[in-house]
Amino acid sequence: MQVELRNPTRTVEFDGPMAVTALLARLSLNRESVLVIRDGTLVPGDAMLADSDQVEIRSVISGGTDGQCRSSGSTP
Amino acid sequence: MKCRVCREPAVIDIRRHNANFCIDHFLRLCRDQVAKAIDKHDMLGPDDRVLVAVSGGKDSLALWDILIELGYEVDGLYLGLGIGDYSESSEGYARRFAEERGLRLEVVDLPDDYGFNVPDGARAARRVPCSACGMSKRHLFDDAARRGGYDAVATGHNLDDEAAVLFGNVLRWQDDYLGRQRPVLPAGAGFPKKVKPLVRLGEREMAAYCVLREIDYVVEECPMALGNKHLGYKEALNTIEEQSPGAKEAFYSGFLSRAVDRFAPTAEQLADGSSATIGVCTQCGAPAGGEVCAFCRLLERAGGSHPDRTSRSDYEDGRVAVTLSPTRLPMADGGPLTEEVP
Repeated sequence: MQVELRNPTRTVEFDGPMAVTALLARLSLNRESVLVIRDGTLVPGDAMLADSDQVEIRSVISGGTDGQCRSSGSTP
Repeated sequence: MKCRVCREPAVIDIRRHNANFCIDHFLRLCRDQVAKAIDKHDMLGPDDRVLVAVSGGKDSLALWDILIELGYEVDGLYLGLGIGDYSESSEGYARRFAEERGLRLEVVDLPDDYGFNVPDGARAARRVPCSACGMSKRHLFDDAARRGGYDAVATGHNLDDEAAVLFGNVLRWQDDYLGRQRPVLPAGAGFPKKVKPLVRLGEREMAAYCVLREIDYVVEECPMALGNKHLGYKEALNTIEEQSPGAKEAFYSGFLSRAVDRFAPTAEQLADGSSATIGVCTQCGAPAGGEVCAFCRLLERAGGSHPDRTSRSDYEDGRVAVTLSPTRLPMADGGPLTEEVP
């Protein structure tokens, strides 16, 4: 399967079938920090990804603090 | 996985709720959590006019969408920061969202309207970019709310944002910041009410909401924010959350219910002025700690100036994308004012 990652944008390939949780473990990604999208649709952690799937792993972490602390950041 | 509510196939698992949801019930969950936050913290009345601070990112666009779904009268304000391609891209997402839904979006552009951008302004003022950015945003959102007569400014700060800010402020025991880290800051002394209706929803949920509602948003991170401490705090908390689902929510909600009041300014601090009572900026009329507010000082150092025109463009169908020059509004009663949030 082709897996697209962001920040920076890149594509990596894995053999399927593979569970979403296993894929994230292979990539050392925290489940709390990403969404997994297959063909434009969200898939939960136990979904099986096939060899032919186009998968996007999208980081959900963003932004800053808007000056609410000393290490201030930007508006969400 | 099956939806906890209807047993249909789930699209998302939320471990802190120990539950999975189908599309319809996940979207309903998001709306219900926002309605609950608004009700619990007395954020908005049913007839309030709301100005949502829109960045083109997932949180602010999801917030705008949910508030409209809940029946509120909501307009958007986008602030162009002059951060190269990132700002151009972000503005595009904000404009498309508004245009596709027939919503009103005001656009203020720092380079075009005030003559400086965030990177240059930060250098000139010797601030980190995120500090100059946040200060400019707060000033211009407040200004737009006063000009437009809005009852509240709503921002897309979510549970992860608030937990990370709290984490950073606790690490260094920033008493003054902790005392005002609340989901609602009431209106007063020239400042509009500020509300954060997403505090019961996590960052992952907001991204999922946008995917499922087919809301296009800017996915790339702001280049100015990359590597900042706040993102590091989020990663640290997510590492804890992975091992202990619900930890972030318990941390933040426990702070609100059991600790925030302990950091509120005391009567003695208010009386002796250490809570920074202030007046009115002689340049723009906004609340200020000295003769000139922080934004006007930044503007002067960056070589910018206030816009002198009153309108840039109007759409024919009634929606408007305008830039208005700041109006010199009299501040409330001339009495003591609260310091602008740094």
